Amino acid sequence: MSNQPGAGAGTTVRNAVVIGGNRIPFARSGGAYASSSNKDMLIAALDGLVARFGLQGERIGQVAAGAVLKHSRDFNLTREAVLGSALSAHTPAYDLQQACATGLETVVGLANKIKLGQIDSGIAGGVDSASDAPIVVSEGLRRVLLDLSRARTPKQKLAAVSRLRPRDLAPNAPTTGEPRTGLSMGEHQALTTAAWGITREAQDELAYSSHANLAAAYERGFFEDLMTPYRGLTRDANLRADTSLEKLAKLKPVFGAGLDTPATMTAGNSTPLTDGAAVVLLGSEDYARVNNLPMLANVVDAEAAAVDFVNGQEGLLMAPVYAMPRLLQRNGLHFDDFDFFEIHEAFASTVLSSIAAWESEEFCRTRLGLDGALGKIDRSKLNVNGSSLAAGHPFAATGGRIVASLAKALAEKGSGRGLISVCAAGGQGVVAILEAR
Amino acid sequence: MADTYLGLVNTPLPGRMAKTLGLPRPAVLRRYTPGDPLVPGPVLVLGSGSGADTLADALLGWDQDVRRHLRPGEKLGAVAVALDAVSRPEDLGAPLLELGAAVRALLPGGRVVSLARPAEEAGDPATAAARQGVDGAVRSVAKELRTGATANGIVLLDGAAADSPGALGALRFLLSGRSAYVDGQFLRVSAVPAPEEPADAGAPLAGRTAVVTGAARGIGAKIAEVLHRDGAKVVVVDVPAAGEQLAAVANRVGGTALQVDITAPDAAARILNHVKDRHGTLNIFVHNAGITRDKLLANMDPARWNAVIAVNISSQLRINDELLASPVFSPEGRIISLASTSGIAGNRGQSNYAASKAGVIGMVRATAAALAGSGRTINAVAPGFIETDMTAKMPMLTREAARRLSSLQQGGQPVDVAETIAFLASGPAGGINGQVIRVCGQNLVGA
Repeated sequence: MSNQPGAGAGTTVRNAVVIGGNRIPFARSGGAYASSSNKDMLIAALDGLVARFGLQGERIGQVAAGAVLKHSRDFNLTREAVLGSALSAHTPAYDLQQACATGLETVVGLANKIKLGQIDSGIAGGVDSASDAPIVVSEGLRRVLLDLSRARTPKQKLAAVSRLRPRDLAPNAPTTGEPRTGLSMGEHQALTTAAWGITREAQDELAYSSHANLAAAYERGFFEDLMTPYRGLTRDANLRADTSLEKLAKLKPVFGAGLDTPATMTAGNSTPLTDGAAVVLLGSEDYARVNNLPMLANVVDAEAAAVDFVNGQEGLLMAPVYAMPRLLQRNGLHFDDFDFFEIHEAFASTVLSSIAAWESEEFCRTRLGLDGALGKIDRSKLNVNGSSLAAGHPFAATGGRIVASLAKALAEKGSGRGLISVCAAGGQGVVAILEAR
Repeated sequence: MADTYLGLVNTPLPGRMAKTLGLPRPAVLRRYTPGDPLVPGPVLVLGSGSGADTLADALLGWDQDVRRHLRPGEKLGAVAVALDAVSRPEDLGAPLLELGAAVRALLPGGRVVSLARPAEEAGDPATAAARQGVDGAVRSVAKELRTGATANGIVLLDGAAADSPGALGALRFLLSGRSAYVDGQFLRVSAVPAPEEPADAGAPLAGRTAVVTGAARGIGAKIAEVLHRDGAKVVVVDVPAAGEQLAAVANRVGGTALQVDITAPDAAARILNHVKDRHGTLNIFVHNAGITRDKLLANMDPARWNAVIAVNISSQLRINDELLASPVFSPEGRIISLASTSGIAGNRGQSNYAASKAGVIGMVRATAAALAGSGRTINAVAPGFIETDMTAKMPMLTREAARRLSSLQQGGQPVDVAETIAFLASGPAGGINGQVIRVCGQNLVGA
């Protein structure tokens, strides 16, 4: 790898650095951002980033972002958000959608462009609103309306309308159900939770740590240069700084009730539906130096994986488990080489199932094709500034939240590496390595 | 909140009615917009001796129409009165009576500026009496002027020449629309080396970096805008909870937003590090952040008292200590603190606030003494009644009364405070140190 600055496009590979990030506090669905659109929130996140780094009127190499729950009117969401922001209107942008891995994948994509010298700066991120989610008319009504628009004579129009039935008038609300199985994400994870025998106590402990760590991070001002308040919200609305294992233990299970094993997944150890946006400023080293901008961490490498969950061969959210050994082997690294682990807490049991899988000699031999267990993760290095259980999880915004927070944690430490793992719907997952500078 | 009465009284019929009834008739003030002429008409220079000649030469150098005698029927943009050579009270009569004859010729938004020397530097009682007399006469003229005209003075310290850069800078400021709400005040200037001429007269602060605390809204946001207009790079600071508005201000002024609680122990270090990394040097620090927690002292609780002291004065003291010890703060660095007329005259229900703002004045004077001759300066600006969100929440009658209780018969605008701060931050103000400049329209409250 060459680190020559100003490398011409496609000739050599240079470093891509995380300069900083910005997000708006995450709100509970139906809360502070109930009337904010994805575009509103993405603009707010971009404008906060612009203000933090003085990027007003600047042409950024490219902006990449996305949303999981997306209105058809938001077909060009990111470009529209750029036009509504304080950035130069000459900043190109594209949308990306990879379910909950959207945000991390935008970071990977733009970092790669920077490494190749195609762009010098980039803003990656994502946004999601579970409050302002699109509601779709029924398939029956949709077909009638389309036929009606094509009808020319009164007779044709009448024929189209006469096909309408009362049940066609009920709208289709969005769900987190998997199109191929009909199961919700929680029910899918419940299968995995049961398969790995993850206990209720272990899940509640992880949820408790997430809240405690996030609250402590706020207390020490960790988010003062990572977050810009929005609509009166100054902290993540989901954070319960005063929660306790006792309180978490009182919650009723919400997923896995139909299984023969005890149901263990509650609203406390599962992420709630959330609204929010997060963005990350990336650049080449030259770009950062010329503009007197900080360099928090290098984006080293990333790997995506997918599993066949449809036929029940693997859990829906277990793809990162498969991506991880491929990423580590390519970089000649082991879990011991990392100082921070950011494993997205879709559910507490997702994190715990992944860790259990990596620690299982049998699983690693038979499923991952390794000689033995991949290794143990030092739990004191896991999600040290809180994660999605406490902060909330606006699907596409989570990647930006994690990358910016991890990059700052690495910069504070001044050395070491961080490992990111994000699971996604469709049986997908993305893992990535950041390195302190 | 809009001053409805001011708008009304400046329309023909209600204006005539107000005049007939003897009601206050506040004028629309002449405020600065880049490219405006310095004054709206010719400048009459009065007084005898070298001071008057010097002023006339300087004004001619600025391409102004200068008169040495009042021409019958001619309207004037300003009158400059050189009284720097008076040595007996009897010396005041001739030039001031001439000024009296000229006052009626002043155009709306006209200016009267006196030039004098300090009484405390006089060698004998008669000279001191004459010099101190200027003070009383000019303040009285300020109270007599109408139609948005103001009267202020320049006091030449330590034998500074009338054409010293500091004196001329002060003269320019007082003649211009920048000083619209400064009335009945004296700028005390000492001789300092001539500052570098700005490459662009419209951007006197070009190449400088300024920090403004409490910049998310109100006066702080306006200070950021005016410093930006004058060419400075601005770092806007406010508490994290105000981050959304702060980001909007930063994006408006092309600056950077720094979310810091100034009462935090590491606030100064974080601000200085940010400026060092992004801009290298810090030239201007504006202590604007302040809070009120009003209660009669009899009803005051420790939380209200302590919060006001912590934000309004303790934080400034701590930040100044680190600022003045830091190589990041320029050798010609300027500190400007927001005081308040409440800190000068006291205010019912504001014992905590007045203590903190009087504390600012004490701090500024003591720090200025330590900085004397160093190239760095510290000054305070004391706003009077300024129209902000805070005053919009006052009871209507109280607000209406407060507005009319000044010579200009209206509240000031945040921009008026910001203009004075931008002047104190500029090169020619280097000879002004340890002063408390009131931006109060010559409020009848206080001195």
